[in-house]
Amino acid sequence: MIQATINSLPVEVAPGATILDAARQVSVHIPTLCKHPDLEATAACGICIVRVAGSTKMLRACCTPVEADMEITTEDPEIIQVRRTVVEMILSRHPNECLTCGRNQNCELQTIAADFGLREICLDSIVPDLPIDNSTRAITLDPRKCISCGRCIQVCQQIQDVWALSFLQRGIDTRIAAAGDISLADSPCVRCGQCSAHCPTGAIVEYDETQEVWDKLLDPDAFCVAQLAPAVRVAIGEAFGFPVGTNLTGKTYAALRRMGFKAVFDTNFGADLTVMEEAHEFVGRFTNAKSVLPLITTCCPSWVDFMEKFHDDMIPHFSSCKSPQAMVGALAKTYYAEKMGLDPAKVYVVSVMPCTAKKFEIIRSKEMHSSGFWDVDVSLTTRELARMIKQSGINFRVLAEEQPDHLLGAYTGAGTIFGATGGVMEAALRTSYYLMTGENPARLEFLKTRGLDGVKEGKFDIAGKEIRFAVAHGLGNVETVLTKVREARDAGTEPPYHFIEVMACPGGCVGGGGQPYGVTDNLRAKRAAGLYQDDQAGLWRCAHENPYIQKLYEDFLGEPLGEKSEQLLHTSYHPRPTYRR
Amino acid sequence: MSPTGTEDDVAAIAKRWKNKRGSLIMALHGLQDRYGYVPREAAMSLGEQMDVPLARIYEVLTFYNYFRLKSPGKHVVSVCMGTACYLKGAPQLLSRASEELGIKPGETTADGEFHLQVVRCVGCCGLAPVVTVNAKLLAKVTGESLEAHLLTPTTAEDGKA
Repeated sequence: MIQATINSLPVEVAPGATILDAARQVSVHIPTLCKHPDLEATAACGICIVRVAGSTKMLRACCTPVEADMEITTEDPEIIQVRRTVVEMILSRHPNECLTCGRNQNCELQTIAADFGLREICLDSIVPDLPIDNSTRAITLDPRKCISCGRCIQVCQQIQDVWALSFLQRGIDTRIAAAGDISLADSPCVRCGQCSAHCPTGAIVEYDETQEVWDKLLDPDAFCVAQLAPAVRVAIGEAFGFPVGTNLTGKTYAALRRMGFKAVFDTNFGADLTVMEEAHEFVGRFTNAKSVLPLITTCCPSWVDFMEKFHDDMIPHFSSCKSPQAMVGALAKTYYAEKMGLDPAKVYVVSVMPCTAKKFEIIRSKEMHSSGFWDVDVSLTTRELARMIKQSGINFRVLAEEQPDHLLGAYTGAGTIFGATGGVMEAALRTSYYLMTGENPARLEFLKTRGLDGVKEGKFDIAGKEIRFAVAHGLGNVETVLTKVREARDAGTEPPYHFIEVMACPGGCVGGGGQPYGVTDNLRAKRAAGLYQDDQAGLWRCAHENPYIQKLYEDFLGEPLGEKSEQLLHTSYHPRPTYRR
Repeated sequence: MSPTGTEDDVAAIAKRWKNKRGSLIMALHGLQDRYGYVPREAAMSLGEQMDVPLARIYEVLTFYNYFRLKSPGKHVVSVCMGTACYLKGAPQLLSRASEELGIKPGETTADGEFHLQVVRCVGCCGLAPVVTVNAKLLAKVTGESLEAHLLTPTTAEDGKA
C-alpha cells in the first residue's frame, strides 16, 4: 500500500491508484468531466488538475498514480482559477441551448458550469456548424454539443468492440463521427446506445419519439396499449428520487394508465413466453445428437445486429425466438385483439424499454410484421417514459400501485430476471429442467449466471446429463466465447458449451443504453438486485407455471414451436454488411 | 507516382504491412502513393485485409494533413507556408491562388483540373517564397508569375522530367 496526503488528510491506496481514486476514498471532491468509472482515463478535459508538492506543473488527478509520500492539494485559488478557465474554454465551443436540450438538468457539463458559478464567458463563442445525425432513428448524434471527452469512443471501440464511432481531425477541429464521416446508420453501429449512456452532455441521446406517442394517445380512434420491459421497473425510480433498484412496477402501470393507455401489458409475460419457446428449442436440440449446438440467445437486438454484421457464421446457432417485446407486440394485435373484440388495425402498441436498439428491432425484418401490421408501433426508452410522466404532471411518488392487464401482463420470476445479465439463461434452465424431468429443479437460483463478471461459465446437471453454459455481456466479451465455439467446430470436437446467453450492454438490460444516466457497476448491481428480489417474492418463479401462458397456449397458440407459434413468435437472421458505405 | 491503383495494389500493400505493429500509417502512405489520394473503397479494402476497423483508419487519415481523401485533381498547387516563405509573402500568394482558382486550400476545382494546398517548408528557403505545381518548383514567386503558371500549368509528367 502507498501512503500519501490529500489536503493534509492521510490516505492509503493500492499501487496504481490515481489521485482521483485516492481523493474519492477520503471524500474529497475533484471535479472532472471526462473520467467515467467504467472507463480508462483519457485526460481529455483538464478539469481535475491538482497540485503535488515538489512539482512545478499542475497534474491531472484522473491519470496520475499516487506515489509514496505525495502531498496533494486539490483546491487553492490558483487551481480554481485554472479550472474555471478550462470550463470557460469548453463552454465557448458549446451551443447555448440548455433549455431545449435532452440533457437539461441532467448534464454533467451544466452541473460543472453551475458549480463554478460562471456568469459570463470571456472567450468568443466558436460553435462548430455540424449536422445532427438521426439516421439510425435510435440514437441522435449532435456533434456540436460534443466536448471531445472520448467516453463514447472508448465505449464503442473497447467495451463494445463495434468501432462505429471515432474522432476525426485534430486540435480545435476534432469532432466525433461514424466510421470516417458517414451516417451512423451506414456504419457498423448496432444502436446499443452505450455512447448515449456514457456521454456527459447532450451530444448523444436517444432518438426522441415521445411526441408520436402523445399524438396517438390524443387520437380517439387509436386503442393505445403499453408494455413494460423487465429492467425499466427497477431504474425508472431514479428519475423521481427513489433509491436505485426500487421496484416500481405497480406505479409505472398506474402512470401509463393515467397517461391514457387503455391496456398495460408486461414484457415479462413475453419473457415467460420466450422461455417456453426457447427452452423447447434448447431441449429439442440438446436431445437430438444431430442438432447444432450451442444454442445462442437472441433477446438482445444489438447482439443480433452485431452477430449479423460481424459473426454471421453463428447464424445456425441462433435461437429463432423473437424477443419478449416482439412477442407481446404480435400477441397484442392478434390474441388480445381477438379476445377483446378489437380491430387490430386500431391497436397501437408502445413498448417501454431500457434500450435504444429496440427502436430498430421493431422494424428489423418482415417477421416483425407477423400480425399483419407492425407488431410494435413505437419503442420508447426508460428515459423517454420518465419525461412523459413528468410532462403529464403525474405525481409518480404517491401513485397507488396497479395491476397489469393479465392476459398479456401476468408474469413469473423467470420473466423478470431477463433484465439482468444471466437472467435469460437462468430462466431457460429452470424450464429446460422441467421439460426434461417433469419437475422443477430443487434449487431455482443459478448463482453462476449472476453477477458482473464479463464472461460467466457453468455446468448444470439435468437428468444425469451435463449442460455447459456461458453468459457474456458487453459485446467486447463475446469474442472469447465465440472463439472457443469456433475452435471446437473447426476441430470437429465436442462444443465447449450447449447454451450461450449474450447481452450487448454491460450488466444486461439493467445497464441498457436507454436507462437513466449515471450508470456504474454499483448501479447495475443494485438494479439487478431489485429484479432478483422481484423473482424471489413472486408466487411463480418458472415460466411454465404462469397460468396466463398456459391459457395462451390452450386458447390460441396450440403448443410451443407449433405452427401458430412459429408464425408469430419466431424470426430468422441474415448477414448484414458491416459498412453500408 | 501512378495516379490510379488497383485492388491488387491494395492487396500487396496490406500483405506487406499486415501483422506489423504500428504499420497502419505506412500502409496508408502506400495507398496514397498508388492512387494520389486515399479513396474510401481502397481504405475499406485495406481495413478488411489488415483487420483494422475503418473508424481507426479515418482517425489516422484525418489526423495528418498529409493524407488526402479526395482526388487531388490534375495539377496540385502547393503554397509553402514555412517561416521564410511566410515572411516573404506566402499568405498573399495563397489568397491570390485561392481567388484565381475559386477554391479554398484543401479543395479541388469542379473540373478536377486544380487542387490547392498548403505545405510546410519544401527545403529551399533561399528561394522563398516557393510554390510547387505538381513536381515543378517555382522560386521567388510573385502574384504575376503565379498567375502565369496557373494559366499554363505543366503536368505531373512534365514536372518529373
